[in-house]
Order: sequence, then C-alpha cells, then structure tokens
Amino acid sequence: MDNLFYAMIFIIFLTGFWIMLRQSNLIKKIIGMNIMESAIFLFLVAMGYVKEGSAPIATEANPGLAYVNPLPSALVLTGIVVSVSVTAFALGLTVRLYKHYGTMDVDEITRMRSEEL
Amino acid sequence: MMRVALEVVTLVVIGVLLLMVAQEMPSFGDPTNPVHNEVSRYYIENTEEEAGVQNVVAAIITDYRGFDTLGELTVLLTAIAGLLAVLRS
Amino acid sequence: MSDIIVRVVTRLMIPYLQLYGLYIILYGHNSPGGGFAGGTVIASSLILYVLAFGIDDEDLRLSPSVARIIESCGALAYVGIGLGGILLGANFLSNKAAGFPLGIPGRVFSGGTIVLLTVSIGLKVASTMITLFTNIAEKEGEDES
Repeated sequence: MDNLFYAMIFIIFLTGFWIMLRQSNLIKKIIGMNIMESAIFLFLVAMGYVKEGSAPIATEANPGLAYVNPLPSALVLTGIVVSVSVTAFALGLTVRLYKHYGTMDVDEITRMRSEEL
Repeated sequence: MMRVALEVVTLVVIGVLLLMVAQEMPSFGDPTNPVHNEVSRYYIENTEEEAGVQNVVAAIITDYRGFDTLGELTVLLTAIAGLLAVLRS
Repeated sequence: MSDIIVRVVTRLMIPYLQLYGLYIILYGHNSPGGGFAGGTVIASSLILYVLAFGIDDEDLRLSPSVARIIESCGALAYVGIGLGGILLGANFLSNKAAGFPLGIPGRVFSGGTIVLLTVSIGLKVASTMITLFTNIAEKEGEDES
C-alpha cells in the first residue's frame, strides 16, 4: 500500500484519457486533455517528495536538514505555461469552427466536410 | 458498437500496464530514491553563496537555468501570435 | 451579470488583489512565488472586472495597443539584461561572474539580476493572460460568418 499515491495519479490520467476518447463534443475533449496534463504534472512533482522534509527555502545554513527536492518543481513550472498556451490555442480554433459550421460535434463536422468536398 | 468495444479494450490494456508500473516504482517519499542525486544536493547547498537569494526554485529558474525561461517566454509569444492570426482573419 | 452585490464587492476587492500579486512578484526570491504566479494573480483582477461589469465597459480594461507594448517590453527587457552580461565581460545571462552586486540574502534588492528578471516575467505573463481572455470573449450581438 506504499504506492497507492502513484496508482491514484494513474487513475486520474486514465479518466482524462477516457473523456478524450468517448465524448464527441469539442469542449469536452479539451477538458479531458487538461485533466491528463494535470495528472502528469502531479506525477512529476510527487516523485521528488521526501518524508518529513520542509519546503526548499534555505533560511539557516544547516545542510543536515532534509529538504524536498527542488528540481522537479522548477521543471514543471515550464510545463504548466505550455499547457495553458495549448489550451488557449485549442479554444480559439474551436470558436472559429463554431462560427463556420454552426455545431460543436466532431461527427457532424466530419460529415459536413465530406459532403461539401 | 464496434467502436465502443475497441475503445474499452484500449483503455483496459493501457490501464493494466500503468497499474503494473505503479507497483514496481520505488517507495513514495524515501530519501534514498535514485531521484535525489548530487545535482539537487549541489543546488541546495550552494544557492546562498553563489546566487545570494533564499528561494532555491527561483534561483534555479532565473540563474542556473535562465536560458530555459527565455524559451518559455518565446512559447507565450508564439501562442499569442497564433491565436490573433486565427481569430482575426 | 449586472447584480448590485457583485459590483460592489468587485470594486472593493480589486486593489487588494493587485497588491497581493505585486507582493508575490517582488518577494519571489525570498519566499515561495515568483514571476509566473504573481503575473497570473494580477491578470485575474482585470478578468474579474470584465466578468462583473460586462465587456462593453471600457473603464479598467487594458486596451489592445497598451497590452501589446507591455508584452514586448517584458520580452525585450529579459534579453537586454542578458546582453548586459556580455557587455560586462562574461557569458550571456550571467549573474555573479559578470560582477552584478549580490547584496545581503533576505532583503528585497538581493541577488543581482534575479529581481529584474522576475519583474519582467511577471509583466509578460500578466499581459498575455489579459490578451488571451479579451480575444476569446466577444461582445453580445456581434456575429461574423
């Protein structure tokens, strides 16, 4: 039962994956992508945890204290910004698609595109 | 109907593989994990003399790896440029 | 959303939100925080104004030309500080090797270039979030097809 934490993170990832596979609404697919990315960031930060460790702010010059590993946190900051940018761009494309076709259903849009070609 | 069965099979296969990996990973929160190597120990010990600040994460993203943050700003700029090009054509 | 309680509470809350965001940016090197978190909190105060008062009200909204200038200044300031390291005789984006004064750890003006880089990151992230929001939300009744 020591790795229950990692198993829970993978269940969140599989939930996001299932949403992205099954739903046919575009906005719901984007929400599923966001859930998957949040699970990945949580996994990276959780790998650097040390039991009974404090936050990595070095206030006293005592290297014997146990600190949480600061390196995964610094790399996940970059990842969060990339995730926000991709979500914003996907939402902009969805707004354009809705204005042109009048619907947000992926199956309807595919059918209308194959009819007009 | 075929499509639902295919999606369920894909999800079950990936789920079983991931949960098997979760069992083989090193213990959660152990200080002797292979993740804690000498790079993070160097950063924690030498931040106060070399960078002069107390927050180790801020010193990492602006001083030791400042070039990656420059790439970060480029990603933000490209997202804005792409969005304005799509929405205002 | 033209409820009177929402409007009064929003008018009271916006200065404190901006002060909190500024505190997170300026103390980013002594306590948890930094440029990304502080920039997002400042942007959320302006987004709250648009949500409570409607998008036609032009009082506190950041106009697109001003947002473009602030964003470009943030990126150019980052590169300019990096080039300053070359002018002083060391590598690109170097802090102690180029001779910037380090100061006493624990105060606001410590760490050489770290404070200036954090402020420029905060400006850029705030203006990016504002531009993203006001371009996806559109006026009522405006329809182009």
